[in-house]
Amino acid sequence: MIDFIQMLLSGVAVGSSYALMGLAMVLIYKTSEVVNFAQGEMALVSVFMTYLVLATHGWPFHLAFPAALVFSFFLGCFLEWAVLRRAKTPNILSMIIITIGIEMILLGLVSWKFGADPKTLPFPIGPYDAFMIGDLFISELEIMTLVLALAIMAGLFLFLRYTRFGMAMKATQQNPVAARLMGIRVNRILMVTWGISAGVGCVAGLLIAPTVMSPFMMWDPMLKGFAGAVLGGMTSLPGAVAGAYIVGVVENLFGGYVSTEFKSVVAFVIIVVVLCVKPSGLLARHYVKKV
Amino acid sequence: MAPILEIKNIETYYDLIYAIRGASLIVEQGSITAILGNNGAGKSTILKTVMGLIEDQPDKGSIEFLGERIDGLDTEKIVRKGLIYVPEGREVFNELTVDENLLMGAYTRNDRKGMAQDFERVYAYFPVLAQRKKQWAGTLSGGEQQMLAIGRALMGRPKLLLLDEPSLGLSPILVQEIFKIISAIKEEGVTIVLVEQNAKKALAISDFALILENGRFVMAGPSAKLALDKDVQEFYMGARSEESAKGYQRWKRKKRWR
Ligand SMILES: Nc1ncnc2c1ncn2[C@@H]1O[C@H](COP(=O)(O)OP(=O)(O)OP(=O)(O)O)[C@@H](O)[C@H]1O
Ligand SMILES: [Mg+2]
Repeated sequence: MIDFIQMLLSGVAVGSSYALMGLAMVLIYKTSEVVNFAQGEMALVSVFMTYLVLATHGWPFHLAFPAALVFSFFLGCFLEWAVLRRAKTPNILSMIIITIGIEMILLGLVSWKFGADPKTLPFPIGPYDAFMIGDLFISELEIMTLVLALAIMAGLFLFLRYTRFGMAMKATQQNPVAARLMGIRVNRILMVTWGISAGVGCVAGLLIAPTVMSPFMMWDPMLKGFAGAVLGGMTSLPGAVAGAYIVGVVENLFGGYVSTEFKSVVAFVIIVVVLCVKPSGLLARHYVKKV
Repeated sequence: MAPILEIKNIETYYDLIYAIRGASLIVEQGSITAILGNNGAGKSTILKTVMGLIEDQPDKGSIEFLGERIDGLDTEKIVRKGLIYVPEGREVFNELTVDENLLMGAYTRNDRKGMAQDFERVYAYFPVLAQRKKQWAGTLSGGEQQMLAIGRALMGRPKLLLLDEPSLGLSPILVQEIFKIISAIKEEGVTIVLVEQNAKKALAISDFALILENGRFVMAGPSAKLALDKDVQEFYMGARSEESAKGYQRWKRKKRWR
């Protein structure tokens, strides 16, 4: 029983970083209908820039982390402005290829600049600081990830619900032409969405980096977050979060009871099954236009 | 007074489709100008061209709003000048509430007081909407959505309001009501361009009317005068005349217009 609860807990813990990646991808997908495969690598660049200022230039944490968020925000804005906006008559396939292209370029840049050997990001709490509740083992980093993920979700929810800019983001997602007719600067909305999304991804990256840090560190969390987002219907923020936690938990249970080697395959099985059986996802309540 | 909108000889393409073939139009301040025409004549295309919704169009000609060139500007900029378009088919934000839709209509504004007044005003025009403030726009009936689309446009305090077939798909009673409201909006000093299939009603409330066929205006004049015109009555108001039994004559008269 303790084993089971422990696996559940670890599942929720990894689920939090998947949830952040899933959120980031859904934000972009909702506004620009692009599945952003560069999401992980955008976070990767931010993480390595943070590493650079922390380890090489000796910035303090309270400067480096906010700077990382600002950097990732502008990176997201820049990519949208410089690359995606240039795509003439975009279709889904070309957009996917563009984001994969960005992904490769960013990955290449990081590998070239920093090398492929594993590093550790300096972090205020160590990856192995932990405490026990009874026989359950919980690391502080996991708790922090969970808390931050929940806080970011709540923040996004409030932002989209109660600010005028957030509402304009939703309006743009639902009907870009009508949004332009309201005087909403749709291009700016798209750009800022990419920025916010990159920021969310960056938080995920920074929380993963104390444990693993290499050019390939974001690949797995991004795919799992994507699986969660697909499970949640790709257009629902709460859906993506719930989906990501399900992926985390199921994966851990599978690893514990069936096979550790094939643990990572769970996410792909989920993607394939969901796309075959219920492509609209479990939680999507997307409004279908009346004809 | 100078005209509020002046379209000079515009031509619009959708890629290779030549949709507007040289159309000119003057809209006077404070008037209702009706554009009539059959399906596919290009009525919506003219309005979309004015709003800058068709990329790189108009191909030729110019559009002036209050004496300023607006052709080639971004839609967002045109809207901010006070030119507001209610598109065909409503296009409300389905997953925002009625209140939120109206708020988006006022996106370019910052005067809280004036906005509060305009909320009141819109809900006074459309009491049905007031009962559904918190309901998702996508779950409104078609007629309610049309009212919301007009209300949302009013929230932007338009100087010139472009209405694309506001009566489409509404019951006769609702059509009556929408036209009454359009007249009331005009009385408030808003200039209106009204695209309509319902020629009879449109001619009744408009000051000036034009008839569009195949991307060209074939007839223009004061609405009262057009309403008495035999051809207009026959082809757009569904009246039957004696000669029309002879197909040839009908064809000849239609042809004259091109
Ligand atoms: N997006 C588009 N791409 C290509 N052709 C188009 C497009 N939109 C309209 N057209 C064509 O342009 C012409 C004019 O269309 P438009 O929508 O302006 O007609 P309309 O007068 O508004 O008709 P209706 O009364 O049916 O709304 C039509 O022949 C139509 O097929
Ligand atoms: Mg039309």
